[in-house]
Amino acid sequence: MTNHSTNQRTNDSTTTLLQVKNLKKYFPIRKGFFRKTVGYVRAVDDVSFFINEGETLGLVGESGCGKTTVARCILRAHVPTSGAILFRTKDGHTVDLARLSRAELRPLRPQMQMIFQDPYGSLNPRMTLFDIVGEPLYVNGMTDRKQRVERVAELLRLVGLRPEYMQRYPHAFSGGQRQRIGIARALSVNPRLVVADEPVSALDVSVQAQILNLMLDLQKRLNLTYLFVAHNLSVVRHICDRVAVMYVGKIVEMANTLELYAAPKHPYTAALMAAVPVADPRLKTGNVELKGEVPSPANPPAGCYFHPRCEFAEEVCRQEPPVFREITPNHFVACHRADELKLPGIG
Amino acid sequence: MTATPLLSVRDLKTYFMMDEGVVKAVDGVSFDVYPGQVFGIVGESGCGKSVTMKAILRIVEPPGRIVGGQILLQRQKQNGALETVDLVKLDANGQTMRDIRGAEIALIPQEPMAAFSPVHTVGDQVIEAILLHQKVSQREARAIALQIFKDVGIPMPEQRLDEYSWQLSGGLRQRAMIAMALSCNPRLLIADEPTTAVDVTTQAQVLRLLRRLQEQRNTAIIFITHDLGVIAQMAEYVMVMYLGLVMEQGPVDDIFHAPRHPYTQALLRSIPTITMTPRVKLPTISGSIPHPFNKPRGCPFHPRCEKAMPGKCDARTPALQPSGEKQLVSCFLYHDAEVSA
Repeated sequence: MTNHSTNQRTNDSTTTLLQVKNLKKYFPIRKGFFRKTVGYVRAVDDVSFFINEGETLGLVGESGCGKTTVARCILRAHVPTSGAILFRTKDGHTVDLARLSRAELRPLRPQMQMIFQDPYGSLNPRMTLFDIVGEPLYVNGMTDRKQRVERVAELLRLVGLRPEYMQRYPHAFSGGQRQRIGIARALSVNPRLVVADEPVSALDVSVQAQILNLMLDLQKRLNLTYLFVAHNLSVVRHICDRVAVMYVGKIVEMANTLELYAAPKHPYTAALMAAVPVADPRLKTGNVELKGEVPSPANPPAGCYFHPRCEFAEEVCRQEPPVFREITPNHFVACHRADELKLPGIG
Repeated sequence: MTATPLLSVRDLKTYFMMDEGVVKAVDGVSFDVYPGQVFGIVGESGCGKSVTMKAILRIVEPPGRIVGGQILLQRQKQNGALETVDLVKLDANGQTMRDIRGAEIALIPQEPMAAFSPVHTVGDQVIEAILLHQKVSQREARAIALQIFKDVGIPMPEQRLDEYSWQLSGGLRQRAMIAMALSCNPRLLIADEPTTAVDVTTQAQVLRLLRRLQEQRNTAIIFITHDLGVIAQMAEYVMVMYLGLVMEQGPVDDIFHAPRHPYTQALLRSIPTITMTPRVKLPTISGSIPHPFNKPRGCPFHPRCEKAMPGKCDARTPALQPSGEKQLVSCFLYHDAEVSA
């Protein structure tokens, strides 16, 4: 399936920073003595989306839906099976990250950085803050130590840490402070695209808000573009301009955040919204229950992947996979019955 | 409520004697759980919610130790009369405690993957628990296990009994864990972050199941979580903890709509909700949770509190006192009672 409506957007919009087209990432399943390939896990199965410069796109879905694999493909931590990842570089060229070699990618790497989920696992305990934040600078050619010290101090101030901490090790910091260190490291090389994979889900509630505020503030100051991968729908609603919902390796719906939350068009999105427990005892939520389990991406059902759990499924849903199409401007959905269904949203 | 509490915790203190010093993980916690009530405990990491749970089950590992207080459990004797036992006075490995643990007080742990043995089938593990606490034959135990698997909504229960935990999906595994906890008809169920490790749609299923079972069986549940959304939807009565102390407790509606303690207020303000304006600055709680070794003097929240009163909050620890009709709060803004040293 080629998605015509998303493809056209490359030409008319000059602000598109990243455009992903028909991205696929299959992992082989090997069995037996000779490690013969017996099948594939379709972790990412024909995904198309775009991110405009300066905006935040949220990528949500349940565990195993492929959202992290998409993020990793964009950063080329995985080599995609097929598809294109078009990235507009600083000097205005558009390159296909999916096809570049390691050597060709190297000069582009500073432009796209990542913020990790686990602030405990992602920082080397044997390196000082100066080493952690300064390493990307060194690798990218800033070999003068004095210059690096200045830049690291500037970065630490930027994320709300004291420059005097530079000689300390990560163990001396709390989870929230460590996440700030991770953000400083990601920003050290002046990236344009920042992929944040669940950046606040490992943090305590009282610290989450600080990191979310910091990310919003930095985006404004540095004109950053975020791909925000998360499962917490309240957090996603707060920080994202647009949201893409994934289910078993495919994007089922993508729209402006408020529109998506208020008027979801895909039954899975609606079910996801209904499942979120709202922090208000007077609003009783969670009464719509989604039956069954997420299918395995190694052996997805025929037709629409969601049909076995969908209360609106019809014959066509069981047989034909739905096309990911634009039903109202900027609202994309992959559902046969999207036009007729009236689904409840929230907020 | 006029009924007598099923569980009454009084001034519970559990300390960890570490080489580096003493960590006062739970430092004087009191609360009552009534039969059939869903009692929520919320708090962030290090607040002592899990240690409280472990103390009730008497499974605090060394160097941790219960150093004071009472845990009074109401039990039914053979002849049907009620008696009250202080679990703190019991031998943690003695017969009475072993009879209580699993049969009268059951636990749903956070990670069902880690809680089930991978080398025994889930059925065998549930049957083992039944045989341990009920005088039934192997065959009867299997029948009970099968019934309970049906009750918690596990599809193809017969087949699932003979599967291993790693063959089940996250949702099924958590259901099997709930089945095991309920197998001996406990009067008190402790659910320690039962949905933290599962997805939202699975979480909704598990929460609904727990609510239904609680209504059917009138089991009291102590529901421990850090997720304010889950607490709002599940609990009737809520206790908010911070660094080993109770900050506030009261009926769920009062806690969410009329919070009194500055910590509860700040916590509720700082979470993004589904109805607020997006992309605005969230009100934050300054600083971070102190390390348990550097617990602040006085009220543990005072260094992060906007309303802290110098000379008062940093010197003395407020006691938990009634405030308003149904709430209890430990804050000098509302009263002047302090914890006696």
